[in-house]
Amino acid sequence: MTPQNKTHSELAEKFNRDVERVNWHDKTLWFVREKRDKAAHQIAEWEQLREAASQIKNNVLSNLHEYLIEFEKNALNHGIYVHWASTDQEHNEIVHSIIKKHGVKHMVKSKSMLTEECGLNEYLHKQGIEVVDTDLGERIVQLANEPPSHIVLPCIHWKKEEIGELFHQHLGTPKGNADPQFLTAAARVHLRQHFLTSRVALTGVNFALAETGEIIVCTNEGNADLGVQLADVHIASMGIEKIIPKRKHLSVFLRLLARSATGQPITTYSSHFQKPREGQEMHIVLVDNGRSERLASDNFRNALKCIRCGACFNTCPVYRRSGGHSYHTAVAGPIGSILAPGFDMAKNADLPFASTLCGSCTNVCPVKIDIHDQLYKWRQVLVKNGHTTASKKTGMNVMSQVLSHPMVYRFSGAIGRWVLRMMPFMVNNKFNPWYKQREMPKASSQSFRSWYLNQRKHEQ
Amino acid sequence: MAAVKKNQPAMIELPVLTFAGDTSIDLKAQFINTLTGIGGLVIEVNEIKEVGDYIKSTFPEPARIVNTITNLDFGLEILNFKSNPHDFSNVTVAIMHGEFGVAENGAIWLTDANMGDQALPYICEHLVLIINKNSIVPTLHEAYDKIGSSTYNLGTFLAGPSKTADIEQSLVLGAHGSKSLIVFLRS
Repeated sequence: MTPQNKTHSELAEKFNRDVERVNWHDKTLWFVREKRDKAAHQIAEWEQLREAASQIKNNVLSNLHEYLIEFEKNALNHGIYVHWASTDQEHNEIVHSIIKKHGVKHMVKSKSMLTEECGLNEYLHKQGIEVVDTDLGERIVQLANEPPSHIVLPCIHWKKEEIGELFHQHLGTPKGNADPQFLTAAARVHLRQHFLTSRVALTGVNFALAETGEIIVCTNEGNADLGVQLADVHIASMGIEKIIPKRKHLSVFLRLLARSATGQPITTYSSHFQKPREGQEMHIVLVDNGRSERLASDNFRNALKCIRCGACFNTCPVYRRSGGHSYHTAVAGPIGSILAPGFDMAKNADLPFASTLCGSCTNVCPVKIDIHDQLYKWRQVLVKNGHTTASKKTGMNVMSQVLSHPMVYRFSGAIGRWVLRMMPFMVNNKFNPWYKQREMPKASSQSFRSWYLNQRKHEQ
Repeated sequence: MAAVKKNQPAMIELPVLTFAGDTSIDLKAQFINTLTGIGGLVIEVNEIKEVGDYIKSTFPEPARIVNTITNLDFGLEILNFKSNPHDFSNVTVAIMHGEFGVAENGAIWLTDANMGDQALPYICEHLVLIINKNSIVPTLHEAYDKIGSSTYNLGTFLAGPSKTADIEQSLVLGAHGSKSLIVFLRS
């Protein structure tokens, strides 16, 4: 699914070759960030809402076991089948067994980052079952045989002309038509057929209420609802951290979610599924997949508070200029960079370094996850466990020697300035990653120290 | 589950929620303004009959109009509640009651009890909701107070027509659900 064995910086370099596209990508996401700001500023109690959301999530994580038991009991009472999966593989097998029981080969699926995390589509494909993603953006990347590049805006890296061409090939739309209105209408007709013929529909879960055993699914397109209401079987997949204690707590999260995500006051549909419709079979699959292990970590537990709004993606200067696929993981961006090393430290050791630690992610997070602190802490864990590249290690060792010896520091500073002025090709070459897509400032002829000493002399 | 129990940190108490919307503002005006801003059409009526007149003139036959409300005073199709949801795939207009509106986000709360068939509000081309203009609450906090511990198969906050901006952030109304939403506010 993802380009294996390539690091974030290698993949970002590829993305950065098309300067015009990078600028467009950057601008488009910043536009979404601005919409978020506008929506947030209209709510006087915005900061109190963030604080309340954070505290509710802290409570959830400290009492998760009891909430999960309460949730299961209430869901069972409403005639819902509840399944527990400790790994991604178990989740996929459970979903497959339900589909198999009903003897179908075809399923519609609305957006679920958990199923991306579990690699469900690939797994089911191998079992001979076709999964049709029904969110427009997800359908686009599915037709293109790509993973989503953003958790809320899956095909944000695609231009409309490219989507027009993709639809021309797969849906038979006229060549050269790239009008979003027209293409959306074509996708509506195409996907309506799948809605009407699928007996099984899978949805993700935004929130699950311990108090009532109901699940809440938020979409703008109505694809989750249409899929569920036309199917005989509804499967809902959720991570165990999606639990919320009481129904009244939803008010806090639903006020924050869409405003943080896209700047809308609320998603078009916020559907609360408490019981299956008459004659329908409903299954909820609760997935651990490393979450209980993370719960034990004081440093990294907080990442489980995430409500998947994507605000940290849109604000991140590195995400905006490197694209979602550079992160080679189901959830990209700053939050993905602190989640991924928890799944596989060796494979994702590069991601906590894909950040400037500017802290903007932490500032926009609606549940106050300390994202940039966790990025920093992951770097320390990764270095301690030997997951750093040789060049970074050598560089850091040299740096630490230089910085701890003032004489060496002054001497090397003088040499550095001289080289930058006289022989720039010595540093501005392909062996130095600092010069990739960057210009260096002009070097001064004197150091700050000599300038300062000079000034002092004149003052006296 | 044993791992969750073992690994969860010491109990942190839930916060006490003290949020309350501003009831001194014109809730109806804010509701209309917000819902219009997200693509809905809001029409105020005094008599329920006006809804029927509007539908008749806006959607001339042979459009298929499914109505879950018995006193609209026009002779259109009344729903057979035991139908197969697939039978509604050619519905042009569906008409139903909403429970109440929310001023801050233009959302309307409705449950399966209002929908006739749960597929109907999603499968129709145009959705018509009727709510009482005195039912509008300021924020979601008051909304959940109102919902309380009621039970339903399906309850939903519905805010505007279905929409997507997945193609280059261009907003398009009518993704998979209804292409338009008309809300009648009755006195």
